[in-house]
This record gives sequence, C-alpha cells and structure tokens, in this order.
Amino acid sequence: MISLTGVSKSFTLHNQGGAVIDVLSGVSFSVAEGECVALTGASGAGKSTLMRMVYGNYLTASGEIWVGDLELARAEPREVIQLRRETLGYVSQFLRVVPRVPTIDVVAEPLRAVGVAPEVAETRAQELLRQLNIPEGLWTLSPTTFSGGEQQRVNIARSFAFDYPAMLLDEPTASLDAANREIVLSLIEQAKARGAAIIGIFHDEAARKRICDREVDVSRFSPGMAA
Amino acid sequence: MRPLLSVRTVSKRYGAHVGCTDVSFDLYPGEVMGIVGESGSGKSTLLNCMAGHLAPDAGEVVFDTRADGPKDTVTMLEPERRMLGRTDWAFVHQHPRDGLRMGVSAGGNVGERLMAVGARHYGDIRGNATDWLERVEIDAARVDDRPTTFSGGMQQRLQIARNLVTGPRLVFMDEPTGGLDVSVQARLLDLLRGLVRDMGLSAIIVTHDLAVVRLLADRLMVMKSGRVVEAGLTDQVLDDPQHPYSQLLVSSVLQV
Repeated sequence: MISLTGVSKSFTLHNQGGAVIDVLSGVSFSVAEGECVALTGASGAGKSTLMRMVYGNYLTASGEIWVGDLELARAEPREVIQLRRETLGYVSQFLRVVPRVPTIDVVAEPLRAVGVAPEVAETRAQELLRQLNIPEGLWTLSPTTFSGGEQQRVNIARSFAFDYPAMLLDEPTASLDAANREIVLSLIEQAKARGAAIIGIFHDEAARKRICDREVDVSRFSPGMAA
Repeated sequence: MRPLLSVRTVSKRYGAHVGCTDVSFDLYPGEVMGIVGESGSGKSTLLNCMAGHLAPDAGEVVFDTRADGPKDTVTMLEPERRMLGRTDWAFVHQHPRDGLRMGVSAGGNVGERLMAVGARHYGDIRGNATDWLERVEIDAARVDDRPTTFSGGMQQRLQIARNLVTGPRLVFMDEPTGGLDVSVQARLLDLLRGLVRDMGLSAIIVTHDLAVVRLLADRLMVMKSGRVVEAGLTDQVLDDPQHPYSQLLVSSVLQV
C-alpha cells in the first residue's frame, strides 16, 4: 500500500548562510495492507520529516514514494489533495482548525469531504467523541480552548472518522492518560484489522510493541549533519 | 478533468515598471488557490488581469465557459467578458465600498446582481436576497437598511452575498479579510469555507496573511517582484518552503 524507494531529503536554509542539512538518504521500505510499521530512532533522526514526506507536506529530493496508485514526489497538488481526502489519513501532534467551528463539525468534516450525508457524518462523529470521552457539553464548542489531551483526542476522532486505507500516526498516544491511551490503541487495532496500512511514531514503547509488526530505524538513513 | 481557468504567460507592465510577468498555472473546478507576497509583488495586478479588470500586455486567460467551452477572455469581446463578470465570476474587493453600492439598501445590493442576469419578479428577488443575507449571517430585518449603517464586517459579508447570489463558478478575492478585526476574520473564514465546500466553488484569494491561506487554500503561489517564485500544495509551501523569499516570508510570521 505504501512503498518508499531510495528516498532522500535535505533542507537548504537560504536565510541562514545557505546552510544545507542532509536529513535522510536511501530510505527504502514498504508497508502492506493491515500492517503497522514503527519509525524509530533518536530525536532529530528524521522520523517526522519522513512521515511528512509521505503525507506530501515536505518535498522529496530524490527517490519515489508510492501511496496506493500515486507517486508523491511528482504528484500535482490536486492529486495529493484527493489522496488525502480518500486514501491517506494523518494524526499530527497538533490540532489545526478554523476558529469558531464546533468540535462535532471538526470531527465530521473528513466524512463530509467525501460526500457522506450530514446526519450520517454527525452520528459517526458523536460515536467517536463519546468513545474518546469528550464530554457531550463540549461538542458544540470550538476545540481551540480545550486542554492538550482533549485536543489530541479530537484530532484522533477526526482522523478515525473516515476509514482511510492508509494512515500516518505521529505520537497518537502522547499526552493521553492510561484509559484514553487504551481506547486509542484499540482504534488503531481496529483500523489494522480492516486492512489499513499504518506508519507510526510511538515513543511509548509498550504501545509500539503491541501495535506494530515491524520497526524501521530511521537513524540508519541519516547521513549526519553536514555544513 | 478540464481546468476551469488556464493562465498562460500573463504579463503586465506599467511603463518601465513590471506589474507581473510570465505567470502560468491551471485552476481546476473546486480548487482554492492562494496568492501571497509582499505589497507591490504583483498579486493584485495578476488578479485584475485574470478577472478582466486590466488588459494584460501578453498571455492568455482561458476560462471554461458554460456555453462554448474554453475561451480566451483577453481576446473575447467586451460584452461577453462583462456577461461572465455578472454570471460565472465574482469579485470580492478588499474594501466593501468598492464592491457595494452604498446608496442602495442591503436587499437592493443583492437583488441588483439578480436583475442583471434577468430576474424580474420582485417577490422572488426580495426572497432570494433575504435568504442570502441570512446565509451570510446578517439579520433579515436589516434588508431595507443601507450598507452605510453596517459595520465593516457586515459590509464585507454583504459584499460576499451580493457576489455569490448568482451562483458563480469562480470567485476572485482581493484581501477579503484585510482590515477586519480577528474575531470577525475568523467568522468570515468559517463562512467562506462552508460556501466554497457547499457550492463547489473555485476561488483565487490574494492575501498577505499566511494563516488565511493555510485555512482556505488548497494551493499556494508565492510572488516576488512580479514573478511566481514558488508554487505548490499550501502546506508544502508553508512547511517546507524552497525559495529564499518563501523561507523568509514563512519565518517572518509572528507567533501568537
């Protein structure tokens, strides 16, 4: 479902003396349907960078990244947008929303975007919010004022509203208490069971052992810092 | 799928001064594109060339018309271009005063666009206008008030209602949230997003506010000195800018 071949990435900081930072080179691995692969490596090794390249918000310097039938390094913006709408879900560490939009609509939005009827989308959103222990009194409020853990759970509810065939999870269990962590892990297990291909970053080792089938150590692809 | 709008090597000079030069891109139905850049970078010149307000010195602006398919709007006859301006296109100005008729009631402002495309039944026009005022969250009781009695945010929403009432397919927006305070901005953004999704609109938004494009635009073009220096998916350009100027622009945003 997801496959990377000879992928590399560097950043050129034009406004800081043109410094070039090589982050990754020669990354190759693939993820099959129903499989979860963990990205590991020390902080700064390039785990999140690699994940963002798969999502398409970081450009790929060389190599190929396939998600389903689309090669991301050379895709048109509208192809990437369609991929994100219909194929590829992403749980980021931060929730980014339009101010003033109620939580229930934030969660239902991915379903609305693929043409699900408003009532059906709302019912599914209610189900997820209830499951993730977001108090019902908060559903009509914008999540911008919620606590970190609540925002994280709204973010997860939103990402699991639609059954994406491929998913990227960037620390989905960070800042969650034990009970909520358990709920999120079971959501991920359900997604695997229905055949989703998943790439995840988990600092929580127990979670990683439980969810992931394989680990890819990103630090073996990093060429180190170059001036 | 065929592009709704194809811009090919459009250039516009003001004497020796460059407005915009060699701009090309395709906009597909349902896409929202942002254009960012500092003042004087040519964003508004480009927008006005696309919307038929300015004649470019060179290049083509091909629009996929309902009747005849793709046609170059630069070379088409003036009446035909004006017709597009009343039906398939909408233009939201930064200053509501430029897009509204200040001496006419709110309902009249919305109804005028309908009459321009042939609506004649007073009851229908008024009903439609009232309906649109409510869609942009203006109290229907204000339908007979003049826009001079409205706040800036209300005027901007009225301008949007006036523009969208005829069901355009392409909306040009020049700094639609400029000059509004942030709480009003948020409300307007939310409104625009809903309208774009529900009506399947394509839009081109010129702004210097990167937060606005992140929320509204699928794609982004960065302009400097009349040229497009970088273009791509909005979050890619904002998260991983490649050109020195885009990097400067993104890193100059103040964190709240």
